[in-house]
Amino acid sequence: MAQIVLDKVDKTYPGGVKAVDGLSLEISDGEFVVLVGPSGCGKTTVLRLIAGLEQITRGTIRIGDRVMNHVAPKDRDLAMVFQNYALYPSMTVRQNMAFGLQMRKTPKSEIDRRVHNAANVLGLEEYLERKPAALSGGQRQRVAMGRAIVREPEAFLMDEPLSNLDAKLRVSMRTSLAEMHERLSVTTVYVTHDQVEAMTLGDRVCVLRDGVLQQVDTPQNLFDRPVNLFVGGFIGSPSMNIVTAQLIRDDGEPTVMFAGHRLPIAEDVVHSRPEIEAYFDRDVILGIRPSDFEEASLVDETWARMSVTTHVTEALGSEINVIFVIDAPPVEHKDVADLVPAAEKGGAAVPLHEGKSMWTARVDAHSRVRAGDQIELGVDTRNLYFFDPDSGLAIGDKQPPAPKLSRRSASAAALREQR
Amino acid sequence: MTTVPVTTTPPPAQEPALQPRQTSGLLKRLRPSRLAINLVLGAIALFWLVPSLSMMIISFRPAGLFEVSGWWKVFSTPSQLTLQNYKELFTGGSSTVLGGGVPSGLAPGSVLDALRTSLEISVPATVLVTAISSLAAYSIVFGRWRGRNAVFLTVVGLMVVPLQVALIPVASLYRDMGSLTGWNPFGTITGVVIFHVAFGLPFGVFLMRNFFIGLPTALIEAGRIDGAGEWTLFRRVVIPLGIAAAASLAIFQFIWVWNDLLVALVFLGGDPHVPLTLFLYDQERTLAANFWIISTGSMVSIVVPLIVFLAFQRHFVRGMLAGAVK
Repeated sequence: MAQIVLDKVDKTYPGGVKAVDGLSLEISDGEFVVLVGPSGCGKTTVLRLIAGLEQITRGTIRIGDRVMNHVAPKDRDLAMVFQNYALYPSMTVRQNMAFGLQMRKTPKSEIDRRVHNAANVLGLEEYLERKPAALSGGQRQRVAMGRAIVREPEAFLMDEPLSNLDAKLRVSMRTSLAEMHERLSVTTVYVTHDQVEAMTLGDRVCVLRDGVLQQVDTPQNLFDRPVNLFVGGFIGSPSMNIVTAQLIRDDGEPTVMFAGHRLPIAEDVVHSRPEIEAYFDRDVILGIRPSDFEEASLVDETWARMSVTTHVTEALGSEINVIFVIDAPPVEHKDVADLVPAAEKGGAAVPLHEGKSMWTARVDAHSRVRAGDQIELGVDTRNLYFFDPDSGLAIGDKQPPAPKLSRRSASAAALREQR
Repeated sequence: MTTVPVTTTPPPAQEPALQPRQTSGLLKRLRPSRLAINLVLGAIALFWLVPSLSMMIISFRPAGLFEVSGWWKVFSTPSQLTLQNYKELFTGGSSTVLGGGVPSGLAPGSVLDALRTSLEISVPATVLVTAISSLAAYSIVFGRWRGRNAVFLTVVGLMVVPLQVALIPVASLYRDMGSLTGWNPFGTITGVVIFHVAFGLPFGVFLMRNFFIGLPTALIEAGRIDGAGEWTLFRRVVIPLGIAAAASLAIFQFIWVWNDLLVALVFLGGDPHVPLTLFLYDQERTLAANFWIISTGSMVSIVVPLIVFLAFQRHFVRGMLAGAVK
């Protein structure tokens, strides 16, 4: 187990493509760090650089106390789990797991012990003599894990290890991964494009864009305090609703105006983020999380009101996503465009309806809202996000939101009491 | 195909579904029956088989009958069949069945000697080409040195050089080598083997490289991270997967070298130890009508490649890679 330190690491491919640009990252011993970002952002490259499968162009990589810049992969004492598992097809499960240990001249009895333990933990005992071809996808995935575990390496590197599994299996494997980390507490670097994996597994999450690190923080902080529009739009599902808006003082009351709506902002918001002051009577980019909406009848008067026409509703059982059209064009900003995977350039980052933005509000599952209905929404204005329209940077350091004082919880409590 | 029947408001999404159904119906009507296909295929197979079949039958008929009647007469008089030719071929002497002897002029055991010479050339040439090609292809695909692609393209380019062009240059190269080192490979079996290896390698490297390039790189990377060196990776990860490709290469190479006449003729002509092809060729030249030796000898020469093919063909199984990834 060891600390991994990347210091101003660059990776430039022959041909001039810069896959990683000035990446500095300190991963402490036993930490679970997740690298996320849209496809083509360089997250897998970072992992491969740590593994030594590719050479860094500039900077320093240290694992433990050793500078690893020019150390061969086999001497870095890392174990990697590949997206497609990369099991050796000609070997049995046992041989697959034992291979790395044999290469390191581990005594036979020790190999047997570790393989047995790993097989036991992963429920692979009855498959030890099988070849990978005779295993299901989930079993192969576990063999790939087993191959990493038996090595007892300094760190695990995982490259989208769950992305080839079906949805249900992915969730259960995610849980076992978390358990495994809890038990072994081996330093882990995990690459994924699935933000649910990132949020649930990571002690810290690194958001990458075009090879540049945007933000490293705990999952909750990434959600609550994104440093820029890119991170704000990337983290959270459904994604943050954004629009170009004007900040004004309406009779001294701070108010944000957009697409024919006016939302009064609590004075606290401006106090806690004094930088906002400079943006009055100017354009800002406003962001509202779908979870900061609620049906107006379920929340108290401190929430601002917004009347919209429902376009589509998605009932998810635990909540309802209300999708409505905002009478404003989509925000045109590099941060928004970058959210679209490189392969789909030209596609819209935000869903559009006749050239207008579509927003999502998450409301209580027991709301009776239907598609086409006029609905009054409450907005938790203490939790609005503001971004600079030029730089895309968050305006002020947004503090984690205070616990919600909505009537949602109050009414639920009241309901419970009645029973 | 261009007209889509206009039905009442067909949803556009259904159109593609509609068309293939029509197409498949049309194809079904046009599809020839299984019987017709089999008949055509059978006729083609028969057409291809006739020369080999005639050769085989000639080898089983008494030598003297060759000038008397056609080989197909054997179908009406199966009693003509005899193993005499084979016996004579291996023991020497003349084929004497039916009306006077047909002299062979063969020394006893000369066929066996030719067989051995053929093997002495083919086996090393095959083993070397398979081994060197696999190693070279591994290095080209998985190595990390500059100019791998340039080397590969050069090797592929060499495939177009006809063997005939190189006969004289290589012979003079051998001679120069002889005057420099005192050992002239010209006229030796080693010289022939070297020639065959050199000319087998471009195709070998091409074939193996094209196979290796299809292997998932993650497999090699997993091995590298697991701590395997290049040699271990080659032997324990790549070769078990490449065995099918290597087997097909070995079969190709063996049959080419086994059937080679030209190189042997140029480099070994006049030598007492010649491969089977040259041995048979000599029969034709000296005794123009000595068909019983040629046909019988050819049958013998077919047997060995057949054994090689049958020995390796079990490796031509699909799905060697199944389970590696995903």
